[in-house]
Amino acid sequence: MNVSQQQMSVGCVISQTAHFNLPLTLKSGAQLPAFELSFETYGTLNAAKSNAILVCHALSGHHHVAGYYADQPENIGWWDSIIGPGKPLDTNRFFIVGVNNLGGCHGSTGPVSINPATGKHWGADFPVVTVEDWVATQARLADYLGIDAWAAVVGGSLGGMQALQWTLSFPDRVRHSLVIASAAKLSAENIAFNEIARQAILSDPDFHGGNYYEHNTRPLNGLRLARMLGHITYLSDDQMAEKFGRRQRPGAGSYSFDVEFEIESYLRYQGDKFAGFFDANTYLRMTRALDYFDPALAYEGRLADALAVARASFLVVAFSTDWRFAPFRSREIVHALVHNGQSVAYAESNCAHGHDSFLMEDAHYHAVIASYLQRVVL
Amino acid sequence: MIANTERADFDLIASWVRPNERVLDLGCGDGSLLKRLIAERGAYGYGIEREEAGVQAAIAQGINVIQGDLEQGLSGFDDGTFSHVVLSRTLQTVKHTEHLLAEMLRVGKEAVVSFPNFAYWKNRMAVMQGRMPVSEDLPYEWFDTPNLRFFTILDFESLCSKMELVIRERQVLDEQGNLILEEPNFLGSLAIYRLGR
Repeated sequence: MNVSQQQMSVGCVISQTAHFNLPLTLKSGAQLPAFELSFETYGTLNAAKSNAILVCHALSGHHHVAGYYADQPENIGWWDSIIGPGKPLDTNRFFIVGVNNLGGCHGSTGPVSINPATGKHWGADFPVVTVEDWVATQARLADYLGIDAWAAVVGGSLGGMQALQWTLSFPDRVRHSLVIASAAKLSAENIAFNEIARQAILSDPDFHGGNYYEHNTRPLNGLRLARMLGHITYLSDDQMAEKFGRRQRPGAGSYSFDVEFEIESYLRYQGDKFAGFFDANTYLRMTRALDYFDPALAYEGRLADALAVARASFLVVAFSTDWRFAPFRSREIVHALVHNGQSVAYAESNCAHGHDSFLMEDAHYHAVIASYLQRVVL
Repeated sequence: MIANTERADFDLIASWVRPNERVLDLGCGDGSLLKRLIAERGAYGYGIEREEAGVQAAIAQGINVIQGDLEQGLSGFDDGTFSHVVLSRTLQTVKHTEHLLAEMLRVGKEAVVSFPNFAYWKNRMAVMQGRMPVSEDLPYEWFDTPNLRFFTILDFESLCSKMELVIRERQVLDEQGNLILEEPNFLGSLAIYRLGR
């Protein structure tokens, strides 16, 4: 970290846990008697409690969104590029809340937690959770923090779906919704990618029907494959060509199936790294939540009708190199909102990093977010 | 580049927008016109802008700007969504002229179009003297102009006739923003139309 990065960092942060003892009925009908959510906050909640922004995470994210831990200075939050004093999500002005979603594997109640009814890991018994369920639990976190209405809910990808769902589940509790690199529903191709990722996990002999914790093992291979596949879809073809091209590793050309190309090495590294800390049951549930999200379903596919209840103002952002959540998917949301006469601005960035662009520091993208948040009245 | 005629152009457009109407401003730049229409006419508006700087400035002004390229038409916007679709000083930069005009009258009940008149007498003089015109309403040199199409009031009206567009009103301004009533194709620097089907 250089000096200017340090100055713009929220600095040392702590992870907190909120306990919720009221039973929670999920969209699937399953009930959780109680649950916990891990969260972090940056900045200061003002007296009117009108400056709170909720950051929702994507597939593999969590509540450590910005800053670093005292005992792990290298563990920097996943969206540190956009959050901090003077950054687009300006902690001098806003009180930012990051949360690990229910079913996650970073401290919130999930498959890896102990089921109080059995004294064992939830494992396969942990219910399938949905975007609507997450928003419901995040609303409880808002209650816990004394926040009646978020100044904004912000998210990229699956996080953007939560930012959108907030305006539908709790129209009066969110004033602005920032939906970034997202979509109002997955395409068949997107569900297909998720299915292959799940099959990689489900068919791993170490999966044990989801109860691998009892066997003191983890389906590392499946998780690794799932991540390798996912990773390809988060990048752009151009960027991969530029970063790796056909570059080969030393000793390549040995007519074997060892790592010969740089891209293979990179994917294996990313797969190993991810499998080292992520939970396979969580991965299954996160991808399923993506698949199920479709607010227009109850309106015979008419998205405008589904969004009509929203009272928030929207900023929708997409990236031209993102083929996993392509710009036209974002424009579907924009056009539905325009159809209804609802407030929406839309920006498209040429950032080269594909779907991962939403995590990058792109000048236009960040200027748009910063400019938009100026209109938030505190 | 703010021309003298911009104020008069915007005044006219504002007078044509009735209170609480839903407006779409194509090529809205930093959103100045929309800001006026919202403040003065209580209009509810969206803008479309291609350039990043314009999009950022419009968002900072609180304008509902949608980043996009007019060349791709207005697909995605439903028929008859807007009472007015405005194209101020932009038609001459568009390649797919007919398609865009048709799209404006698909998504809007009325189109408002303004453009620099290439047959304005000073422009004619410049060409007579062997040079491409540079004026209030054509402020660029030939090598840096965003303008792709150079046409006159007569040319535009002939296209309207071919496309069966109804000219509901026409106003013509000189370089100082004064209304021109006689010899518009000679004395007019900027023309502003209300079009319908």
